[in-house]
Amino acid sequence: MVDRSRTLRITTHVLLVLGVLVIGFPIYYAFVAATLPLELATRVPMPLVPGDHLMDNVEQAWRRGDLGLQLFNSIVMALGITAGKIAISIISAFAIVYFRFPGRMLAFWIIFVTLMLPVEVRIVPTYEMAVNVFTPVNRLLEVLSVPVAIDPLGYTISMRLQWNILDSYFGLTLPLIASATATFLFRQFFLTIPDQLAEAAKIDGAGPLRFFWDVLLPMSRTNIAALAVILFVYGWNQYLWPLLITTDREMMTAVIGITRLMPSPDDAPEWNVAMAGALIVLIPPVIVVVLLQRWFVKGLVEEEK
Amino acid sequence: MLKRVLFRNRWLPYALLFPQLLITLFFFIWPASQALVQSFYATDPFGLSSRFVGFAEYTRLLADPLYHNAVLRTLVFTFFTTSLALAAGLFLAVYADRVIRGQNTYRTLLIWPYAVAPAVAGVLWLFLFHPTYGALALVIRQTGVNWNPLLNGTHAMTLVIVASAWKQVSYNFVFFLAGLQAIPRSLIEAAAIDGASTFRRFWTIVFPLLSPTLFFLIVINVVYSFFETFGVIHAVTRGGPGGATTILVYKVYADGFVGLDIGSSAAQSVILMALVIGLTMFQFRYLERRVQYN
Repeated sequence: MVDRSRTLRITTHVLLVLGVLVIGFPIYYAFVAATLPLELATRVPMPLVPGDHLMDNVEQAWRRGDLGLQLFNSIVMALGITAGKIAISIISAFAIVYFRFPGRMLAFWIIFVTLMLPVEVRIVPTYEMAVNVFTPVNRLLEVLSVPVAIDPLGYTISMRLQWNILDSYFGLTLPLIASATATFLFRQFFLTIPDQLAEAAKIDGAGPLRFFWDVLLPMSRTNIAALAVILFVYGWNQYLWPLLITTDREMMTAVIGITRLMPSPDDAPEWNVAMAGALIVLIPPVIVVVLLQRWFVKGLVEEEK
Repeated sequence: MLKRVLFRNRWLPYALLFPQLLITLFFFIWPASQALVQSFYATDPFGLSSRFVGFAEYTRLLADPLYHNAVLRTLVFTFFTTSLALAAGLFLAVYADRVIRGQNTYRTLLIWPYAVAPAVAGVLWLFLFHPTYGALALVIRQTGVNWNPLLNGTHAMTLVIVASAWKQVSYNFVFFLAGLQAIPRSLIEAAAIDGASTFRRFWTIVFPLLSPTLFFLIVINVVYSFFETFGVIHAVTRGGPGGATTILVYKVYADGFVGLDIGSSAAQSVILMALVIGLTMFQFRYLERRVQYN
């Protein structure tokens, strides 16, 4: 009964359509540029009607940016982060909710801390970790001065472990898969599951792992799907971390790769190619979000609870 | 809240927690503690020697006009990015909430910029604002402003603010819309019967009921502006021109990774960490209170 007047309804739609157009304009403009040959893309003002050079520009961007390889790296990174985060978070939440054990609260707080330490605030030391993952172990061995072997002349040979994950898929995914938000999401969900289920499973003789696999996991499907959409976008759009640890072109991810297609002031201003590249890179996560919108909105809202 | 039925097993819970804790210790807690340690040492750029200098890095930093500059830039950047993204998100959500048919279509059409990487958003907006070829630059130039974000610091700042805010509008939109839909219709209808205008109803009923969502979003948007916009800055301006868009997180990167001033970068990291810890605590305390009210 509140203001169902015709004019108000029309104003509402007009304003929303305007909003959609303003929000969508950068993409439309990029799309038009990506369909134009160089001489039209650099004409001032640039035409706002698409041309017929889309495939040419896409091909140029693909070849020059080595996008085939970089998109593959991005997919590996995004899927690796998604699967990794979900896997380690769901089992952590299971441990925290369904068991009582010494150190439970400590574990909970250690996981909580990750919320407060985004990679952006500890750039250099995290990079040093990627240079050698065993740095803390080596430091520990040093402090304890564990002699691995003492040769007859009395020299102490100390052991140093070395594992470099720069320019590797391990490096791109492993350091990013700890997740407090995902763990808390699953914890929250497990707490809503009635105790009777676990009781029944116990009576039927199922052990904890059996209960997890046959009961909890199937029940968590919706949550996993919702989280997966968000994590995929998160993984795909990573910038700082891959920037730090990849120097090899073969290991670069697409989001970083396409920024290199941007013409510098000395080059030919091939914005049409740059925009074609940008579109290729932004399409996969956009498709995921739009197609799985229902899961996405659910995941977004629940993640913050 | 505790579960009554628990499984008993001596080692299984530890095994289940092991991967998460291992990664957290190695890639979060250890680097953070290293940043803390390094911030008390002066290290030469080649990492060959270091000596304990106490709080010298901090005092040097706090006296450094370049750091003051970065703090100021960050505040300006955060204020405008957050306000713009929140205002646009709220505006769109208020109107989308009024729509009865077609709401999902609008939502789909407004939600997708969330999926665009900050760096890619930066690239798109750089093209729009490009002094020679950009459509928006052309419009601005016609108003008599000599628009050039590649040379003018204020223009560059405007560019990164708009690009960063654009990407965040969808996120705010989703949460504002959810918040609006949770407000009971009866309240608004009662006010309408009492003769309150649309405008008045919004400010006296809807807006106060939306304030928990608003506060939550402010925290999220501030964190976003502080940290996640690194991609926009790095891809578009590299902190320039002349340091005009060097926000704190970019400075940590530039000083530590490019300039190899490890001590200073570490001290800056520690200051930022303190900030995130403060923000997270604030968010959690406030969220707890909201749970009590409900």
